[in-house]
Amino acid sequence: MIVAEPKPIKELLEMVKDFNRILVVGCKGCVTVCNVGGAKEVAILASSIRISRKKMAQEIEVEEHTLERQCDPEYVDELKDMIGDYDAVISIACGVGPQFLSERYPSSRIFPGVNTQFMGGAEEHGIWSERCAGCGTCVVHYFGGLCPIARCSKSLLNGPCGGSANGKCEISKDVECIWDLIVRKMMEQDRLDELIEFKPPKSWITARDGGPRRMIREELVK
Amino acid sequence: MSEYKSGSNLEKVLRAGHFAFTGECGPPQGANVEHLKEKAGHLKGCVDAVNVTDNQTAVVRMSSWAASIILLQEGLEPNFQMVCRDRNRLAIQSDILGAYSLGIRNILCLSGDHQKFGNHPEAKNVFDIDSMQLIHTVKTMRDEGKFLNGQDVDVPPELFIGAASNPFAEPFDFRVYRLAKKISAGADFIQTQCIYNMDRFREFMKKAVDMGLHEKCYILAGVTPMKSVGMALYMAKQVPGMDVPDTLIKRLRGAGKGKAAEEGIKFALEQIEEFKELEGVAGVHLMAIEWEHKVPEIAERAGVLPRPTV
Repeated sequence: MIVAEPKPIKELLEMVKDFNRILVVGCKGCVTVCNVGGAKEVAILASSIRISRKKMAQEIEVEEHTLERQCDPEYVDELKDMIGDYDAVISIACGVGPQFLSERYPSSRIFPGVNTQFMGGAEEHGIWSERCAGCGTCVVHYFGGLCPIARCSKSLLNGPCGGSANGKCEISKDVECIWDLIVRKMMEQDRLDELIEFKPPKSWITARDGGPRRMIREELVK
Repeated sequence: MSEYKSGSNLEKVLRAGHFAFTGECGPPQGANVEHLKEKAGHLKGCVDAVNVTDNQTAVVRMSSWAASIILLQEGLEPNFQMVCRDRNRLAIQSDILGAYSLGIRNILCLSGDHQKFGNHPEAKNVFDIDSMQLIHTVKTMRDEGKFLNGQDVDVPPELFIGAASNPFAEPFDFRVYRLAKKISAGADFIQTQCIYNMDRFREFMKKAVDMGLHEKCYILAGVTPMKSVGMALYMAKQVPGMDVPDTLIKRLRGAGKGKAAEEGIKFALEQIEEFKELEGVAGVHLMAIEWEHKVPEIAERAGVLPRPTV
């Protein structure tokens, strides 16, 4: 899933300080799963804004709405009869949400309520970590099912570097060295010979480096 | 402005109010120093500074700072081009220091063509900072003696800061504002993209002059003589951000077999004549692409020789 974290409330209040009619829009997709942008978080954010404005004795109207998904025009459309009533819209979906809203409702002022972090998963409740860098050409099978592009600080394909110690990365003792895990795993599977092979430079054409990406699946296009 | 920012020849020529004339030289796709020297040799005495391109069109070549040093040793003043595509902010700042330490005094700050257009399309691009931020970085290092992180530079690099401007890219109305933004960021001089659509360039310059940009910065008009009809068609269709009017293509065609190159030079000379008089234009940047040997003739016929000594 796409993992996000809430923007600091102070920053959000500053963003919308000139607006008195605010719509907070959540998303039932990834951000609901990672507890940052679902209906519950919409209600919490809306209350926080109301309370803060009340403290400053300022008039405010905050409406709450949560869409099935903000990355799908079909659901974004749902806002068409209400969005015009608000002078600011805070989307707490991932970075896709505020953009889909901006594109669909060009005259509305849309603000991002979360900071989108990475594609990853939940290690346990409340802890998420990165797994995929979206490079467009998956190679995890060469590395014992672990991705060095997303998970090695240097994205090395011929690691580990000299900074690996005690299974940790040189950048922090809190960061595991994925290459340490890759090596152990490959040894366990008796595949060390594969790791000894030189891995040539990767093509980044399919990654973000090749330019903004778009995918067309002919069989699905009406 | 009594003291020079860099003391480069280009800066002195412009400051003295002369109509500047700069050239360009692409480093070799290899370590062929002799070929580089030969190409650059044609420009000697004809131009105030020579732009040394930095992996232009994302094709790997000898590094621009190294080629710049070779030109310096040959008695030419380089204008060291630096793109943001291939370096992060650490490499950018260290290369700036290295280039300055070896005697380079002009730098042209560019974003760089996307690697898709080059001969290593599979490469990752860097673009850690953009051209606007690069201009500001050089200015901050020079004038405030600070790195991007705010720490002191031990002997700041005194460089004459250049930037590019493409009056023909879109949205057209925004182009002059972006130019203004580059000047605010710290550009001392501007070299424009190759100009073929004179009407549009006049309109662009009028806006720049109305905004007073020509008083804050030296604007050099970019000229690339067309060598053939084929080149004109290629520039018109294949090169992003290039505006080649049909009338020019017709004119080159009309010149007849074997005479298009001369017609291309004639058009360039007419342009240079007009630029000498056009308000806000402080000089010409002649990009005679793989045609360096023609530069002495073009400079002579354009009446810009001998180059001033300041």
